[in-house]
Amino acid sequence: MNLALVWHYAPSLISGFGVTVLCWAVGSIVGLALGIVIALASEIRLAPLRWLLRVYIEIFRGTPFLMQLFILYNGGPFIGLKLAATTAGVLGLGLYSSAYYAEIFRGGFASVPRGQIEAAMSIGMTPLSTLLRVRFPAALVAAVPPIVNTLIVMSKETVVLSIITVPELMYQVQTMAAETFTAFDAIFAMAVFYWLLVEVVSRLGRRLEKRVTLFLARPA
Amino acid sequence: MSTAMIEARGVGKRFGANEVLRGVDLDVGRSEVVCLIGPSGSGKSTLLRCINFLEAYDDGEVRIEGELIGYEKASDGKRRPMGARRLREMRREIGMVFQHFNLWPHMTALGNVAEPLKRVRKLAAGEAEERAMDMLKRVGLAEKAEAYPSRLSGGQQQRVAIARALAMQPRLMLFDEPTSALDPELVGEVLEVMRALATEGMTMLIVTHEMGFAAHVADRIAFIDQGRILEQGPPRQVFHESSEPRVRQFLQTYHDRNAF
Repeated sequence: MNLALVWHYAPSLISGFGVTVLCWAVGSIVGLALGIVIALASEIRLAPLRWLLRVYIEIFRGTPFLMQLFILYNGGPFIGLKLAATTAGVLGLGLYSSAYYAEIFRGGFASVPRGQIEAAMSIGMTPLSTLLRVRFPAALVAAVPPIVNTLIVMSKETVVLSIITVPELMYQVQTMAAETFTAFDAIFAMAVFYWLLVEVVSRLGRRLEKRVTLFLARPA
Repeated sequence: MSTAMIEARGVGKRFGANEVLRGVDLDVGRSEVVCLIGPSGSGKSTLLRCINFLEAYDDGEVRIEGELIGYEKASDGKRRPMGARRLREMRREIGMVFQHFNLWPHMTALGNVAEPLKRVRKLAAGEAEERAMDMLKRVGLAEKAEAYPSRLSGGQQQRVAIARALAMQPRLMLFDEPTSALDPELVGEVLEVMRALATEGMTMLIVTHEMGFAAHVADRIAFIDQGRILEQGPPRQVFHESSEPRVRQFLQTYHDRNAF
């Protein structure tokens, strides 16, 4: 392990890590938001809409992220969709992860006992209030663990963005490896960064999980 | 004007091929306490749920203080489902208490009672919580205000649920087997709250298996079997003077079970 070499490349590695975290964070927000919308939209009793959303989920969940990204970035211009590499990367990650989040939220909403919703209906709460105050908080109990899990998986899926020249960590590592012929040092540095990110996310995830299940605690 | 609080006329409800209600007529007057009794599967819970349209009835009419609930007349003379907003407005005047309490588990007892006041009655947080606290006092649970439902006994949860419904200041209250999910020793505290409510003049329609409670508190008992009201009248008449064989047979099982 050549520390001096890693040190020399530290600025570009750190900048790459910054891009990775940014793409992951923004992509995840897009994915989560889309996922909620898809989960809610698929409750609408309209066969063509449900079918369409089903197809959407099957496509984005059923094909490799690499391929989706490639089509979005390289195929986009053919239909007039010219995206900067980073934009394409973030959007791609958002679309890809939204299929997973949609399924997680669908399951979360389905886990809310019907009686809790009937209680809100019998009181005359609007569907929006019921969603925000009753259904969503209750759905999170079941949804948070798989959401955190998917967030972690997606943080590592960001390596694929290097393929379309997003200057994220993997891209920087490949550059370093190519310039110095030192595959091991570069890869090792990358592992440390990813481990750091995953560790932080899973710790935050455990806290969030505690927070949303606070009310389930029984007296000791 | 003396319109009845609830007027049900020829109410019919089917689940697929299963005809659950077959033309039920039932009136509940102001401040009247009516208990619906009958074997399980007889349609009594379904009837109760048709009153606030949690269940959409297929035939007949249910009127709350004279106003049809759930449907409105369309221009072609047929009826169509009522607008969602108007239905919500009507439901706000009808309190409902469920067999399984249906408290929102992520809110404290106080939160459960205050939530509808904030979201539906649009009270400011402080005022909503103040009124919620008054309601919890009324059901004897002020000291449990900050407890989550998971830390309350079934009886306490049901009293919070009653407080939640009462806080809305409904004009009538529906109770769907409010004590059926409770341990026998917790039944009393819930019935006590309901008895007090009846004394205060609340209009109540109660589906129950608590025959003793029904006999003492109800102004009228309606016996339902196979989707029809077979008999109704003052408790004394239904419990002791009924000539209807189904009613006698049903009540006999209660006498047998409690004779030890």
